[in-house]
Amino acid sequence: MRFRFNALAIALVMVSSMLLAACGGAAAPAAEPTAAAEPAAEATAVPAEEPAAEAPAATDAVTIRYGLWDGNQQPAYEACAAEFTKTNPNIIVKVEQAGWGDYWTSVQTGMVGGTAPDVFTNHLAKYPEFASKEQLVDIQPFVERDGVDLAQYLPGLGDLWGRDGKRYGLPKDWDTVAVVFNKDMLDKAGVTVEELNNADWNASNGGSFGQIIKKLTIDEAGNNALDAGFDKSKVVQYGFVGGGSGGAYGQTQWSHWAVSNGFKFNDGLYATKYFYDDPKLAETIQWYANLNLVEGVAPTLADVRSLGATALFTSGKAAMTTDGSWMIGSYVNDAKFVTGFARLPKGPDGRKSMFNGLADSIWVGSKHQEESWQWMKFAASPACANIVGSYGVVFPAIQSGVDAALKAYGDRKVDVSAFTAQATEANGTFLFPVTDFASEIGPIMDATMDSIMLGEKPAADALKAANDEVNALFQ
Amino acid sequence: MTIRTGTRTAQRNELLWALLFIVPSMIGFIVFFAMPSVRGLLMSFTNWDLLRPAKFTGLANYIKLLSDKEFRHALRVTAYYVVLNIPLQTVIALGMAVMLDRFTKSTFIRGILILPWLLPNIIVALLWLWMLDPTLGFINQIIMSLGFERQPFLGSVTQAMPTIAGINIWRHAGYTAILLFAGLQNIPKDVYEAAAIDGADERQMFMGITLPLLRPVLIFVLVTSLIGSFQIFDTIVITTKGGPVDATRVVYWYIYEYAFVRFKMGYAATISVALFLILITITVIQMRYFNADTSDLD
Repeated sequence: MRFRFNALAIALVMVSSMLLAACGGAAAPAAEPTAAAEPAAEATAVPAEEPAAEAPAATDAVTIRYGLWDGNQQPAYEACAAEFTKTNPNIIVKVEQAGWGDYWTSVQTGMVGGTAPDVFTNHLAKYPEFASKEQLVDIQPFVERDGVDLAQYLPGLGDLWGRDGKRYGLPKDWDTVAVVFNKDMLDKAGVTVEELNNADWNASNGGSFGQIIKKLTIDEAGNNALDAGFDKSKVVQYGFVGGGSGGAYGQTQWSHWAVSNGFKFNDGLYATKYFYDDPKLAETIQWYANLNLVEGVAPTLADVRSLGATALFTSGKAAMTTDGSWMIGSYVNDAKFVTGFARLPKGPDGRKSMFNGLADSIWVGSKHQEESWQWMKFAASPACANIVGSYGVVFPAIQSGVDAALKAYGDRKVDVSAFTAQATEANGTFLFPVTDFASEIGPIMDATMDSIMLGEKPAADALKAANDEVNALFQ
Repeated sequence: MTIRTGTRTAQRNELLWALLFIVPSMIGFIVFFAMPSVRGLLMSFTNWDLLRPAKFTGLANYIKLLSDKEFRHALRVTAYYVVLNIPLQTVIALGMAVMLDRFTKSTFIRGILILPWLLPNIIVALLWLWMLDPTLGFINQIIMSLGFERQPFLGSVTQAMPTIAGINIWRHAGYTAILLFAGLQNIPKDVYEAAAIDGADERQMFMGITLPLLRPVLIFVLVTSLIGSFQIFDTIVITTKGGPVDATRVVYWYIYEYAFVRFKMGYAATISVALFLILITITVIQMRYFNADTSDLD
């Protein structure tokens, strides 16, 4: 018997290694292997192919494809779209939703393959990259032509979407972060909501908020973490669950702790230097990691990864967490106990929440840029803001929409003042750090924060090294 | 080419037929293997970012690769996976193959062995991801009911890679066993009979007959599974995404990350080319070392 397989083996090697980057790689995301693989396979080294936007069925009606990732907001924007078509019968808006991860994969491969949506919901961590790669329509000329009043949006939101006189989005909504608590657990431990709202925090011992966390952590024997007999290896109820390691921005995980401790990410919009090596960040992150590593009052990162912090909280495994205002509905609907929202604790530098907002952008490959602009303008107008607000899933960027949202929450007897008070308080918020190279900063900081949370490295060392790596990107 | 038979026309006819049969697989080879490979190679000399036209940057990517610590880390992690995966998988598969060969003729059992391999990688990974879940997974329930501590498995820096290796051994061992089993069937039974007459026991027969005569198949299995093992990717996409920290950031994940997370297609292509060269080298060495082209049966 003779085995001849030199050629076979070599062919196998070739197939395997070179293919990935050349074409097969796009098939990798678990989401939509076929849909994702196609555009990438067709992409050439000079991706100047004409975007193959679908031609409208009828010559007089144009269909605009509109992408968003938050399934909770889909009904609201479908209602907006219906309203929009009433006054613009020749434009039909087709809303397409995909979860966060799949959404960005399909937007990106869509840009390469010519199938990206005409208008898509954009994020501050993503848009600078798309803008610098010339994928977004500069809407400043449209804004000036139609006299869109940028002052109608809550202060600060509009500025985030502009750079060097160009504009890539009109604000649609905003969000802040607050403490989410399980009222039943609070009652059982004798902690009042008022106590929680007035709590303070510091990075060395967690302040009175740290005490509340301990009080709410209970082991099998019924001891809480303040008791001498507390056994941290047999915890049945955690006092707190953080939303994971939080990566580069820690929007709902650690940014509020860090900034209320005096940390700042950088020197503002499009800064070219990060301050991740600030000792104030290091001590904050170490406190955050030690909740699990040392104190045992929060679940392990592996547990948070497996179920998600929200599920751990709603299934009654933890008494408190911090989360963004867009999640209010999920907590209220999914929890089988009374859920409430409390103010962030007061840190050495006050109460601070990240103030983030979404906007729509128009893809340069859209064949219907004028119609896309009309839709985008409507989606960021008081008319749509009022509709979206009435669904009570997110706070619109326009005050009348906020009022509608407050009414909707009020009708459901949900007190969301912890989020709105944070937004309106003087110096209560800081903006999402918008810079270049976000897609490269992401993987660096993800690995760094993971290593701290898992106790592999002390925060100070890991953050110092990561900061050097991040800032080297801007050189 | 010493003997020529038939007329020129007959020969041409034969050639035409041959071409006709080769064309379909040639098209596949050219479209799916050769062209992407060449394109990938060209890409590796550019700074293509997927969205803007590529610019030729000469050897810049290759120079960057030489001092890329993360690339070396990815290679180490991949090698670690290969070392965990291949020996154990081959030994288990060999054991299964020998047992199949000696004790059963049942196609049913052979069918069961190959079953995990018939499941798509993604499904296998999802299945194990859920079973190994630290909080809800049924494996941890068993561990806890036996009085041991819960294990993070894929969520731990030290356990993640062995766990992934275990998942893939589970999927591939049966298939490898079937390949080896086919090889075992090719060994003439009279050799064993002769050995039995000479008074050899099972162990002596295995070491003296089975292993040496199985060598070509074994090498084939080793070479292909080694290459396959270097390509570990789908399991990682589903279970760990290169984490925790960078414990499972294998070369393929690293390529993917550069191409589709960091938008550096040119550099991703460069890493692919480097991986290609590494795999070719390993394969050539393996084949030289094992004299893969000859069999002791000849």
